[in-house]
Amino acid sequence: MSKPEAKKVDRRKFLAGVAVVGAAAVTADSARAAVLPNGQIAPVAPSALRPSTLMAQVDNGVHAPPAALGTHAGLTQGRPGSDYMLDVIKSLNIDYVVTNPASSCRGLHDSIVTYGDNKKPELITAMHEESATAMAHGYFKASGKPMIALCHGTVGLQHAAMAVYNAWCDRAPVIMMIGNSLDATQRRPGVPTTHSVQDPGSLIRDFTKWDDQPTSLGHFGESMVRAYRIALTPPYEPVLIVMDEDLQEKGFAADAFPVIPKFVMPTAAAGDPNGVREAARMLVAAENPVIVADRAARSQNGVNLLVQLAELLQATVIDQGGRMNFPNLHPLYARGGGPIATADVVLGLELTDFFGTVNNFTDSAEVTQGPRVKPGTKLISIGMGDVYIRANYQDFQRYQPVDIAIGADAEATLPMLVEYVKAEITAARRAVIDKRGQAAAAAFANSADRMRTDAAGGAWNATPISTARLSAELWAAIKNEDWALVARDQSVSFWPHRMWNFSKYHQYIGHSGGAGVGYGLPAAVGGALAHKANGRLAVNIQPDGDCMYAPGALWTAAHHNIPLLTVMHNNRAYHQETMHLQRMATWRERRVDRWKIGTTIENPNMNFAKLAESMGVVGIGPIENPNDLAPALKRALEVVKSGEPVLVDVVAQPR
Amino acid sequence: MQKSLFLALAGVTGIAVTATAWAQNAPGGNAANGKMLFEHVGCYQCHGFAGQGGAAGPKLVPALEFEPFALQLRMPRQLMPPYSPQALSDQQVADIHAFVKSLPGPVNRANVPLLQ
Repeated sequence: MSKPEAKKVDRRKFLAGVAVVGAAAVTADSARAAVLPNGQIAPVAPSALRPSTLMAQVDNGVHAPPAALGTHAGLTQGRPGSDYMLDVIKSLNIDYVVTNPASSCRGLHDSIVTYGDNKKPELITAMHEESATAMAHGYFKASGKPMIALCHGTVGLQHAAMAVYNAWCDRAPVIMMIGNSLDATQRRPGVPTTHSVQDPGSLIRDFTKWDDQPTSLGHFGESMVRAYRIALTPPYEPVLIVMDEDLQEKGFAADAFPVIPKFVMPTAAAGDPNGVREAARMLVAAENPVIVADRAARSQNGVNLLVQLAELLQATVIDQGGRMNFPNLHPLYARGGGPIATADVVLGLELTDFFGTVNNFTDSAEVTQGPRVKPGTKLISIGMGDVYIRANYQDFQRYQPVDIAIGADAEATLPMLVEYVKAEITAARRAVIDKRGQAAAAAFANSADRMRTDAAGGAWNATPISTARLSAELWAAIKNEDWALVARDQSVSFWPHRMWNFSKYHQYIGHSGGAGVGYGLPAAVGGALAHKANGRLAVNIQPDGDCMYAPGALWTAAHHNIPLLTVMHNNRAYHQETMHLQRMATWRERRVDRWKIGTTIENPNMNFAKLAESMGVVGIGPIENPNDLAPALKRALEVVKSGEPVLVDVVAQPR
Repeated sequence: MQKSLFLALAGVTGIAVTATAWAQNAPGGNAANGKMLFEHVGCYQCHGFAGQGGAAGPKLVPALEFEPFALQLRMPRQLMPPYSPQALSDQQVADIHAFVKSLPGPVNRANVPLLQ
């Protein structure tokens, strides 16, 4: 082995160090000045400059490493480990990896775009790790397939953490992958070391289902496939795989790659037959059973099963909207939670908050709380909440005693429940049930009529545009298309769920889960990416405050030609917070005119059309006259049908 | 009906005598000033600029009579915060009520194709 030259610098590490510090000339020159003519390293005082590979080598008296093995100095010998990692990912049939580029993931990044030719998985560029994770979150809910969110170690995962929590609360199997450098003697000094961590998973372990940091390729293969299977076993949840940088970048002999472990799609746990039979008896014997569903349906089959159960019982269904559970124009669909008060049996299916479903809690200076159900009401729970739970974060909500608790996946349990209900229904009960159905249908017809009257309320022609008008005009524009709403509609007072016709699982994406703001736009982009494959029209009703957390998602949509119709609900405030401020002031009998301070997004007003245009998205608006909405939406539809994203800025009423 | 609503509310809160006496002395309202207050205080944040209501607050049209309106504002049911006399004077409450009374009702939905 030849003696290393003191001046010789490993080119790869040199470039990395320069790139990280961003002060190439200064660091390189300074480092060279510390090398004595005889090749010895001169002792130098600790540098005031930010560290780089070169500076650290000089400071520590470490020579540049010898040339790499083999005859091609400085080149990877053999196949890089990240090629194997990509092989494993490919074996899982993953379509997309969404990333904000990160040096700790550079090995895999290169493998994806060169060795894998950027096909299946294709790399999607996000402008923030939180956006990348939310895109993967939205993509899963629209496609049923997980996406990988590839993030930088430490700081990248810290950025992503809130979005991981959203996915956790929303039971979305986001596959988180990050880079990390385990071996302190091999990691680059300076920023790369600052970004290394002993236990990366600890940051998000309270709200991920499983994580691992493999130390060999074989270990990676097993853990990656295990993570994927765990994530896709209901309850779906995020997982994290940490990729060691050396493992990504080290070369391996051609025959050294381990066998890729086989993946088999897991099945969901169905309920215990005894418990399910008892639940069926209780439901059939009830005079007024009510079904409440939050994340009950995981597929169209779940929707169909819930319809079947509801029709067998002629039971009203309250869809809390965690997923698309029940068709909103079905006569048994409840517009609001009112039926809870008259129920004698409540069946809760995958409820996030059973306590909040059957209890009132008033946010006032003196908290008041009490049951919403009448005394003696029986409660049945079917869900995975008791099967899989963590202690720290309180997304499991208050404890609610129930009469029957079935720890199982709701969709997997529904076929059994349907059969037991069928077996329990006698002719006499059939007559009672049918009569109940007639009453429910009449109540639904009345509520549909009230909806139209409410929509026509005094703001129909108003400026700012009413949320009812916005929703009605949007529905008129899209109703003959194969559409999907990739946003929650709470901010527009649920008008789409009152007006539109949701009948298919893919037509509604649910909400963030954890209510972490900044989810909406990137999740919509992820949803739109999923719908692109099917040629569906993805529609996003986008709150303005949420948009400004992650506006870069618009660029991602433009860059990757993701057709998405975004209609801004531009109410120029963090609306919910304005109400909290009003509450504080009134409780304390203080000035009630100060609520705008810190809660509004005006002066200057945001121009979201210009924002969109700046990122290559067609921007239309701001639209302030309700009569301008229809032509604006018509033009927007032409754009999105051409395969491009478009944004219509609508200045609208608060809710 | 609105009177009975008031009585029902008063029964719940146990303030019937006090509130009725206060309401009987209610001043006349100025709708223009009420409009300013409606926006300045932020009533529209929950009820909409036209009192049309939404997910955060019920519709205000057709308007309640003054007594139940004022009672709801002073000692509200459910999530609405209480507006004490220190926050809004009796005159200001009357002004807001006058504005709410002046709001147009729904458009004739028979003339709106989107609502058929």
